[in-house]
Formats: sequence, structure tokens, C-alpha cells
Amino acid sequence: MSNITNEGLILACSTIGAGLAMIAGIGPGVGQGYAAGQGAAAVGRNPGAKGDIMSTMLLGQAVAETTGLYGLVVALLLMYGNPMLSRFLKL
Amino acid sequence: MGYGMVPMLLASDKEVDFSIHHLLGYKFMGQTVYITTSHVCCFILMVAIMIFAVVVRKKIMHAKEIPTGLQNVVEFAIETLQGFVDSSMGKHGKKYINYIGTLFFFVILSNISGLFGLRPPTADYGTTFCLALITFIMIQYNNVKYNKFGAVTDLFQPLWFLFPINLIGEIATPVSMSLRLFGNVMAGTVMMALYYGLLPVIAKVGIPAALHVYFDLFSGAIQAYVFCMLTMVFVSQKIGD
Repeated sequence: MSNITNEGLILACSTIGAGLAMIAGIGPGVGQGYAAGQGAAAVGRNPGAKGDIMSTMLLGQAVAETTGLYGLVVALLLMYGNPMLSRFLKL
Repeated sequence: MGYGMVPMLLASDKEVDFSIHHLLGYKFMGQTVYITTSHVCCFILMVAIMIFAVVVRKKIMHAKEIPTGLQNVVEFAIETLQGFVDSSMGKHGKKYINYIGTLFFFVILSNISGLFGLRPPTADYGTTFCLALITFIMIQYNNVKYNKFGAVTDLFQPLWFLFPINLIGEIATPVSMSLRLFGNVMAGTVMMALYYGLLPVIAKVGIPAALHVYFDLFSGAIQAYVFCMLTMVFVSQKIGD
């Protein structure tokens, strides 16, 4: 364990952190699936309003997706624009 | 042939590459600023849209009573756009139809430009943040125009100490809109780059077509629709009745 460099430790932990950040994908998955299920039920009850239901469902799903995308942005930053590493190398 | 063929088919021939490249650097107020691939792709798309607009204008100048060909397509697109804007903005839609139409054409073209081998300009946070900033300015302009002092007093509703949370809510709008568009297009770009870069040559026959349909066409069209829809919803929310 003693021959791990500081940069190596930062890189390894950042990569693990990027993986952990993507756990955020669970939430939007559940939310979008629930919205789609409710949309399908609504179309079943009232097939005439399919267009309105569709646009409302897509809008709600897109908003629900945002939290997952925050996780994705954090993961991408940790992998490719590592803020920890640049701060460490400057010091 | 023989044994030499197998490793060649299984080896990946390219590095994973989805980042923005610097093409040309110049000094601007002491900082080095770069012309990047995003600028070039954005410029190509703008030229394409302008050429299309000029061609359509030529055609519309000699419009026929019974439309055929290009005139038919353009009339259908404009009618769909009008229905789309009117259904969510009502009688205020007339003022915004030009902006929403331009925004929609630009965003959908840049989202699907991955199909033509360009790097989508919307996979650059600078582009999407500027688009969201235009929306933010439109929202706040209409807020002040239609609500007068209500624009300020609304921040203290329903209780005065909720002011910081209301302020964050206003500022979060452009941030979440830009990150949504950026994240979706970037995710598609990264997935396609990983697929092309890491998998063996033999896996690149046929399957990427399905992935392109999902990541570029479907996801891109949905996100362009959502971005325009959210712009209209937020603006008409501030206009009120």
C-alpha cells in the first residue's frame, strides 16, 4: 500500500466516485417508468386524449430525468475534467 | 488471410474520442481563446439552415394555389408549429412563434448532426447554456412587463423568509434546462464514441444503426421538443392570463 502515489490515489478515488455518482440513475428510471405506466393507463381510459397525454407525459419525464443527468455531469467531470487533480497539481 | 484475420476483426481500430478539440487559438484580452469543433459544426449548421431558408423563400415567392413538393412540406411544418405554439401559449403565441420555430430547427438539427459525422454543438455546455440564458431573459422580461412590481413581491410569497428559496428557484431554471439538453446529447455522444472506440470491428456492422436511431434521432427530437415546450411553459406562466 505504501507505493501508491498521491495522483494515483486521486485518480482511483475519482473513478470510483464517478461510478457511485451514476447510482443517481435509479431515481429517474423509477420515475420515468411510473409516468409512462400512468400515461398508458390514461390512454386506456380515454383514447381520444392521446395527444395531450403524450405531450404531458414526455414533459414530465424530461423534468424527472434532470436529477439523473446531474449525476451524469458529475461523473463526466470526475472522469475527464478532474477538479481534484488540477487543484492538487497546482499546489 | 487465415490466422491474421481474426485479431484484426476483433481489435478496435480507433481510440475513444468524444471531446471538443481546439482548432485555432488566438489572444483575446490576455486570455488564449480557441476556435473549437463546436464553433465549426455550429457554423456548418447555420449555413445549412440559411441555404434552406433562401431556397424556401424563392419557392414561396411563386407559391401556387395547390401546393406541391417543397411548398407542401414547408406548409405542413409551419402548420404543425403554429398548432404546437398556440396550444401551449394561447393568444400570446403569435409573438413567440418565430423564436420558437428558429430554436426548434436549430436544436433538432444540431442534435441529429451526429448522424452526419459532426460533433453535435449541443454537446457543448457553452451552446446549451447560451440557449437557456436567452430563455431566462425572456422569462424575466415578461415577468417585469406583465407583473410590474409583482415580479419582486412574488419572491416574498407566501412567507417573507422563503425569499432565498424563491430566488434559487428562479436561477435554477436556466441551469436545469441547459444541463438537461447538454446531458442528453452528451450521453448519446459518449455512448456512440464508446461503442465505436472500444468494440471490435465485427460488432460495428448493422448494430450502430439502431443505436443511432435511438441516441441521435429519437432522443434528439424529444429533447428539442422538451426544450421548446419548457420555454413556452415558463414564459406563458409569467404572462399569466
